[in-house]
Amino acid sequence: MSPRTLPAKARYSFGGDEHLFVELDEEMSLPAFFKGMAICNELRRRKVPGVTEICPANAAYLVRFDPDVILPEEVQKTLEDIEEELRDSDLTLQTRIVEIPVLYNDPWTHETQMRFRERHQDPTSTDIEYAARINQFPSVDDFIAAHSGAPWFVSMVGFVAGLPFLFQMVERSRQIEVPKYLSPRTDTPKLTLGHGGCFSCIYSVRGAGGYQMFGVTPAPIFDPLQQLPYMKDLMVFFRPGDIVKWKPIDREEYDRTIAQVEQGSYDLRSRPVSFSLKEFLADPDGYNQQLLKVLYGD
Amino acid sequence: MAIEVLKPGLATSVQDMGRPGYYHLGIPMSGALDQESLLFANLLVGNDEGAAAIEGTLMAPELLFHDAGIVAVTGADAKVKLNGMEQPKNESFAVQAGDRLSFDFMKLGARICIAVAGGIDVPVVLGSRSTYGLGAFGGLDGRRLIAGDRLPVGKASGHARIGRRVDAALLPALSKEVPLRVLPGLYFHRLQEVSTKSLFSDAWTVGSEADRIGYRFKGGTPLQFKERKPPFGAGADPSNIVDAGYPYGSIQVPGGKEPIILLRDAVSGGGYAMVGTVISADMDRIAQMQPNNKAIFVPVDMTQALAARSDRHRRLNRLREALSA
Repeated sequence: MSPRTLPAKARYSFGGDEHLFVELDEEMSLPAFFKGMAICNELRRRKVPGVTEICPANAAYLVRFDPDVILPEEVQKTLEDIEEELRDSDLTLQTRIVEIPVLYNDPWTHETQMRFRERHQDPTSTDIEYAARINQFPSVDDFIAAHSGAPWFVSMVGFVAGLPFLFQMVERSRQIEVPKYLSPRTDTPKLTLGHGGCFSCIYSVRGAGGYQMFGVTPAPIFDPLQQLPYMKDLMVFFRPGDIVKWKPIDREEYDRTIAQVEQGSYDLRSRPVSFSLKEFLADPDGYNQQLLKVLYGD
Repeated sequence: MAIEVLKPGLATSVQDMGRPGYYHLGIPMSGALDQESLLFANLLVGNDEGAAAIEGTLMAPELLFHDAGIVAVTGADAKVKLNGMEQPKNESFAVQAGDRLSFDFMKLGARICIAVAGGIDVPVVLGSRSTYGLGAFGGLDGRRLIAGDRLPVGKASGHARIGRRVDAALLPALSKEVPLRVLPGLYFHRLQEVSTKSLFSDAWTVGSEADRIGYRFKGGTPLQFKERKPPFGAGADPSNIVDAGYPYGSIQVPGGKEPIILLRDAVSGGGYAMVGTVISADMDRIAQMQPNNKAIFVPVDMTQALAARSDRHRRLNRLREALSA
C-alpha cells in the first residue's frame, strides 16, 4: 500500500468479550489514521446502545461494548458497514488547529538526559543532536525548523491521562524517525516534547518514558483542577484529530508564559478548522499553508 | 462520620466501580480490581452496589473509627480484628467511636474490600470516586492512603444493619493456582506456532510487578514472534506494533519475554503486541492472585466467554437476592 492511499480492508479482532480491536493498517500513515477517525466519529454519531468507549489510535481503533446489550458480532457488523459506507467518500474532519509553544533544547530535559546517558544510543550527544544527525539535518536549528515547520495530527490520546501522540503532516520521506531509548528512563520532566519512532508526544505528567527529549512546553495540557481558560471543559486538553503547530520560543518567552500560567490567565491560540484528506493528499504543503492561515489569519 | 488511617498497609486506595467513558483520552477505568468483592461488601452494609470503599492490597491498612457505624470486609482470606478481637468476614458488624480495625496477613488472595455504611464520601471526579494514581486524581487527593488520612463517610441507608452475611458457598474459592480463560486474538497471529502452544501449556508465575496497572508473569517459555520487516512506525522488535489501544484484560508480551495482563489502572495504549484478552468473567480472579501464585491460561472462544459471563451474572444475581433482605 502506498502511504498516500486509504488502506483497503481493516482487520477485526475481539479483545475478550468486551472489546473489538480494529487494525486499519500494520504501518502508520495519515490515510490509515484518518479512516479510523472517520469511522470512530460516525460510530459516535450513531449512539449505538451498548457501545461504551470509542478510542481512535494511530492506525487502529478500539471499541468497548457491553455484550449484555449488544452482541459482539453486531458491533463488528456495524463497524464493517460504516467502513464500507465511508470507503469512497471524501473524508473530512471538523477539528481545531492549536498553537503549542516549545522551548527546544531546554535546561530541564537536558539535565534529565545527562542522568540517563548510559541508556542512550549515543551517550556523547544530546537527544536533539542525535535526532538531527540520524535524520540527515545539517544542524540542530535545521532540525527544529523542520519539526516546527509543518503541523502535526494528534493521532492518539492515551498511555497516561491526556498524553497526545502526534504524527507530522508531511510525506513519508520527510517524516522524522528516531529510536526510543535503549531502555526507558525512570524520569521525564512534565510537559516534555518527546519523539519515538515516527511519533512526537507531550508527556502530560512526570514519569517514566522512552522517547527522545527535544524540549518542553510551558502550556499545561492535563490539569485535574482545570484552572486555565482552555482547560475549563475537561481536565484533558487534547482530543484525537486535533492539529498542532509547534511554535519555537526562547527562554524569555517561556518564563513570561509560565508567569501567566501561574496567574491562571494564559490561553492557547486555537481555531476551529475543517480538514479534507483528499485536498491534503493532493498538495500537502499548500494545504498546510491554508491551515496555518486559519490559525493566524485573524 | 470519619475514618482515620493509622497504618496505610501496602497499597490502599479508595475505589468504586470505576470511571468508564474517558479511555479515548487516556483515562483508564480504575475502580475496585475485584468488583465482586466490592459489590458484596456494599450490599452487606446496605449501600448501593457502586458506593466507594477501601481496597487493601496484601498488607491491609489499620483504621480508627471516629464515629459509630456498620462495616463489612470481603475479598482475600485474612483475619479481621476489631480492637484485637476477631470479627467475621463476609458479614456486616458494628463499630463504635474509637474502635480500631486491623488485619492479619492475607493467606490466600491479594485484595480485601472494606465497605462502610454510607460509603467513602470523597468527591466524584469524572463520574467516579475511584483513585487514579498516575493521573493524580480521584479518591483521596488522587493517591494511595497514608497514615493520618481522614476519610469522610456518607450517610448510611435505611438498609444498613449488622449480621447480614454472604453464604461463602456462593463465593468463588481462592486458590494459589488459578485458571484464567483467554480469548486468543489481537496480534495472536504474529506468534510462531510453537509459542501459540506453549502460552497455553506452561504454568505462569505472578512476578513481583503485580499492581493495579498490570500483572507480569514469569517462568513460562519466552514467546517467539514471526520475523518480519518492521512496518513503518512500529519499531524494530518483532513484538512491536504501531502504538494502538490496549483492551482492558489484554495480554502483551514486550520482547516476547514475560506476559503482562493489563488491569483497571493500565496505560490505555502503546506499542507492544497483545496476544489475547482475559475474559470478563475472570478479571476478578486476577485481582486475588498473590506474587508467586500460578496461572494457567486456558484458550476459549467467544461463545464460551459469553457463557462464562452469563454464569457470573447468574451467581451475582443469586447473591443480590440473598442480600436484599
